Amino acid sequence: MATNVSVDVHHVTRVEGHGNIVVDVVDGQLERCEFAIVETPRFFEAMLRGRPYQEASHITSRICGICAVGHATTSLRATENALGISPSQQTVLLRKLNFFGEILDSHVLHVYMLVAPDFLGVGSVIPLARTAPEVVLRALRMKKLAGDLCKAVCGRHTHPVAMTVGGFTHFPTEAELRDLRARFVNMRADVDSLVELYQGLTMPDFERDTEFIALSKADEYAFIDGTIASTDGGLWPIEDYKSVTNETIVPHSSAKHTSNAGQSYMVGALARFNINHDRLHPRAKKAAEALKLKPKRTNPFFNTVAQVVEICHAVEESIILIDKLLERGITPEEPIEPTSLSGEGVGACEVPRGILFHRYEIEDGIITGADCVIPTGQNLANIENDMRAFVPTLLDQTEEEITLSLEMLVRAYDPCISCSTHLVDVNFK
Amino acid sequence: METPVAVKPKIAFFDFTSCEGCQLTVVDSLADHIELLSVVEIVQFREAMSERGEDYQIAFIEGSCTRPSDEPRLKAIREQADIVVALGACAHLGGINSIRNRQPLQDVRAYVYGEEAELFETYPARPISAVIDVDVSIPGCPINPREFVQTVKMLLQGRQPEPPDYPLCIECKSLENVCVYLRGKTCLGPITRAGCDAICPAYGDGCEGCRGIISNPNYEAMKAVLDWHGLDMAEVEAKTTMFLTYQTMNMDEKKENGHGH
Ligand code: SF4
Ligand code: SF4
Ligand code: SF4
Repeated sequence: MATNVSVDVHHVTRVEGHGNIVVDVVDGQLERCEFAIVETPRFFEAMLRGRPYQEASHITSRICGICAVGHATTSLRATENALGISPSQQTVLLRKLNFFGEILDSHVLHVYMLVAPDFLGVGSVIPLARTAPEVVLRALRMKKLAGDLCKAVCGRHTHPVAMTVGGFTHFPTEAELRDLRARFVNMRADVDSLVELYQGLTMPDFERDTEFIALSKADEYAFIDGTIASTDGGLWPIEDYKSVTNETIVPHSSAKHTSNAGQSYMVGALARFNINHDRLHPRAKKAAEALKLKPKRTNPFFNTVAQVVEICHAVEESIILIDKLLERGITPEEPIEPTSLSGEGVGACEVPRGILFHRYEIEDGIITGADCVIPTGQNLANIENDMRAFVPTLLDQTEEEITLSLEMLVRAYDPCISCSTHLVDVNFK
Repeated sequence: METPVAVKPKIAFFDFTSCEGCQLTVVDSLADHIELLSVVEIVQFREAMSERGEDYQIAFIEGSCTRPSDEPRLKAIREQADIVVALGACAHLGGINSIRNRQPLQDVRAYVYGEEAELFETYPARPISAVIDVDVSIPGCPINPREFVQTVKMLLQGRQPEPPDYPLCIECKSLENVCVYLRGKTCLGPITRAGCDAICPAYGDGCEGCRGIISNPNYEAMKAVLDWHGLDMAEVEAKTTMFLTYQTMNMDEKKENGHGH
């Protein structure tokens, strides 16, 4: 039994970079618990000032290679809202389809390559390839399809080329869409196997009630646009995002922490599920049932399970979107022009890790002000609060068990890909 | 025939200020070329594994150097590695990170962090070649997967990879793309290094020069293209501030090199 625990991890997690975990337990009492971002700040907001509005999505996709499409889409929506542009129906459909490519790519990486090895008792995906090659091949197949989808719609997932203010500069052919559709249909068997795999895994038993925040729409499980919704009640237009996020600068982090009503909140797949579960595709609802995911689930480890459910949703919805696009046919439209070259606008999307906001001020076509609030920044305070509640329940465990449990907790939030490898070193005094 | 384990070159991946998109591209490239995994031993790769080895011959470095404390880390990698490879535009050119070099640093910090600005250490973003010698650069934002695989194969054969040093236009025209100037857009193709399959023009957008400028850019030809379309050099200069600020501000006397000796 450990009464003194000191965890100090350097350069391990990445939240637009690197983060540290610091946990100190002295005589069984938790003295310090921080999840800190020490990455050199990226200064994207300052970099946008003085740039023509057309460049914003190309610059901000470089905030994160994993969420490149998410940043680009959010950026375009902010610019379009600022300049009075309503995208065409075709653009809306193509953007949604493209977005599912990113959700799939990112979730598959997380649920298969980063989380599953923990439960299957192997250190990483590399030994997993030896012990369970079919699992890894399945993951690679899905990732490849996700990548090919983005490639057909926007040129490449990291970093999208054809996405532009008011529309697209390139269009997938109907043959490409038909080919993707056939592959998505075949993917259903792989999705079923993924659900089965997760049915066999037991999530750690840890509940802590918190507030969940996600975008919401009346008629669909929202990923692009919507209204900000909370499990504590309350709806805010995206323009009021600042009243929800309440950013503060904490000295130990170069990512700003956020809290709603003075409390920490959680964003991401579990938040989306808790708020929008009734708008999931029926097959995804079935998957949720099979995985014992019921709203409102307050175990943060179930964020990964919610991602599995969203993979199922994304595959089904992609098929539906492709059908809609094929039915109406693809028209090579010119992007819609701004109605004004000055204005302010907010864009919001549910990127894989949760709600993302971009806000721009534009004058005569030049960006004069910008603000980006990333999902992991919003989760930081909640991760710290979870750790504070979780660590005391672990003190009767062995050194390895505590280390693994803390790693798994942070990993469940999917803060960013590299957070998931070699997370914490626990030192026992 | 299997290469004996003992002679497998050890390779390691490192990241500095970056979006990690180049490392993700590496993961995808390796998934498509599993055979590479049997001829090298990856001893460090935060993106994909938890083990960390400090004994390596080839170091791939992603990201720009953006603070003084990055320098000792870079020098330690240089010390250990026989071959240092700059992976992507951030490491090769300074890339997107260098946009902020145009604004006074204090303004940039204060805009994002207000009064707390002093808490965060930073200085103008630079390519890693501004700090250490670089043997090979794989250009692009992100890198091109095919070029990455080719570079690794050449390094394993003991050969010096040479990225193309002719203008993108040549590649673009051979792919029969419609020139984006005809669609009313500006493109850096006449002076940018080829090798990305002209992906931006192919998808309807002008080249932003993420692979860097060729060693003998023909600015006259560039000017002729612009004249022809009723544009002037200012449009091109504005475009070079996206990935090439470090080069165009002449912050480095060495100019853009770092792709070979
Ligand atoms: S070069 Fe581009 S893709 Fe590569 S790390 Fe830098 S920003 Fe990301
Ligand atoms: S200017 Fe650009 S689009 Fe035109 S041929 Fe050259 S590379 Fe292609
Ligand atoms: S076309 Fe230009 S900007 Fe696009 S990838 Fe190639 S070099 Fe980079």
